[in-house]
Amino acid sequence: MILYVISVGLSVTMGLMGFINLAHGVFAMAGGFVLSSFMARFGVPFPLALLSAFVLVAAFSVILERLLYSRLYRAGELAQVLFSIGLIFASMAVARLFYGDRAVPVFLPDYLRGQLQLLGRDFPTYRVFVIGFALVIILTLWFTVERTRWGAMVRAAVDHRAMAQSVGINTSLLFMATFALGSGLAGLGGALGADILPVQWAYPFEHLVYFLIVVAVGGLGSLRGPFIAALLIGVADTACKYWIPELGAFLVYAATIAILLWRPMGLFGVRA
Amino acid sequence: MSGYTADTRIRWTESLPWVAALAFFFIFPEYLSLGARVLIFILFALSLDLILGYGGIVTLGHSAFFGLGAYTAGILSAKLGINEPFLQLAAAAGMSALLGLATGAVILRTRALTLLMLTLAITAILLEIANKWSTMTGGADGLSGVQVSPILGLFRFDLYGKTAFLYCLAALFIGWFVIRRIIYSPYGAMLTGIRDNSTRMHAIGAPVYWRLVLIYTVSATMAGIAGALLTQVNQFVGLNVLGLEPSGDILVMLILGGVGRLYGAFVGPVVYIIVQDTLAKQYPEYWYLGIGALLIVVVLFARGGILGLFDQWLSHFKPKSSARASAL
Repeated sequence: MILYVISVGLSVTMGLMGFINLAHGVFAMAGGFVLSSFMARFGVPFPLALLSAFVLVAAFSVILERLLYSRLYRAGELAQVLFSIGLIFASMAVARLFYGDRAVPVFLPDYLRGQLQLLGRDFPTYRVFVIGFALVIILTLWFTVERTRWGAMVRAAVDHRAMAQSVGINTSLLFMATFALGSGLAGLGGALGADILPVQWAYPFEHLVYFLIVVAVGGLGSLRGPFIAALLIGVADTACKYWIPELGAFLVYAATIAILLWRPMGLFGVRA
Repeated sequence: MSGYTADTRIRWTESLPWVAALAFFFIFPEYLSLGARVLIFILFALSLDLILGYGGIVTLGHSAFFGLGAYTAGILSAKLGINEPFLQLAAAAGMSALLGLATGAVILRTRALTLLMLTLAITAILLEIANKWSTMTGGADGLSGVQVSPILGLFRFDLYGKTAFLYCLAALFIGWFVIRRIIYSPYGAMLTGIRDNSTRMHAIGAPVYWRLVLIYTVSATMAGIAGALLTQVNQFVGLNVLGLEPSGDILVMLILGGVGRLYGAFVGPVVYIIVQDTLAKQYPEYWYLGIGALLIVVVLFARGGILGLFDQWLSHFKPKSSARASAL
């Protein structure tokens, strides 16, 4: 589910905007750091810290988008890949300078700790909360993209940018907002998941492969694609590591290759 | 990126890398093992340049072949006791070629992000295998106990790395010669065409897919040889030859030097490894910050890398020769 919240943001930037953004984990990491420092140093309550992770990361991404990303929308995929790798390296170094080598601590509020009784079984409250939260995000996002004017504008701009511009849509502003949304979601995902996927400086690089798999398998530009892919990958990975630990992550990669060969555009890819 | 040129004569400037390498051998005898590593990565970068700069295949999984070559040589020696260096090289080349052919034939039907993901997944799978199959590969501890017999029965690998350096230099020279022949051949011209406009190449009847599979296999073979050289020189193989990280590193080296211009693959690794060796030990944080910032700058402002900047600088002085210089 964490994987989903993070990668749905990636699906927004990569799928809707067509930018190969390997540096997505950077925003997730930033979200985790914001949450941790706000709570640990300034005593901000958890929900407020989550919100600020979203807002701050989105604001930060707007700066990056204006300064750097917007120059590369029309560039080739190689330039985009290299640029985002460069961003990963730089941000990892900065994170390490500020936060050191160890993972930052996350203190959950009391009402999210402990166990929750559901259907006669015990679940960790926090995981239930995360799942519920992710569901809310999915529904909101789906509604926004499919049912609002803004969503229609984004889809129009992606399909045919010049046409969208000529009917009076400010695509540059629109892309900026979309990018901010995608990155903000990544920040939110990183913050939410900080308890489960520890946030430390190597974070963007370590989890990069998983984010990419989720988006590639799920299909670019679709919202339910990454959702289903994240579920599949998450379940398959856990099951695989539980039942046949000798194989490790092997099965996940093999499945990725198989799915991509079978459906090159991903399970729910839009563009053929 | 340069295109096809009819003038295939070897220019005098092209001897500079070799002169520099020989000069290095005599001037810095205490840095020869570092020098050998640089030479190996130049060969690796050259092989990547072949598919990326000339074929236009964007890959994050080139380390798959490098690592396979490295492990093939290592396993042959440490587990099977075959220490003949040329036999190890040949086996590594063969294995990498097979993998290149097999995976290339499958994944080159896709494009863009899907292709990127597939290459990444393949090297990730190899990394998992190397990690888990510890009876054969040594797992996370790496594979030590690699031995290499004297080359041609005459030259032993010495402590100072003299033999290793010259051996790698010879291998690089052969690799460079082959690659140079390829890119200046009509086949090379066809590759450049595919890179620049594959639709049009389809339209004029070029077998785009098979050309790409072929170049992918050739490149894989070279990368495998580079990997085997690394094993022979270090007498050790570790997990760091596989996965995303070495793929990213080699990509960065090539980009820094300049992609698609043959000699970019020479400049990049030299700069990268020397700076890394001096800087990274003392300030690892700043090293990553620097390399990240440098990459962003190169992508935004200097697409041709270091050699591209050099070309621009040259063209200020000799406007007429700029066409020739960019053909380098």
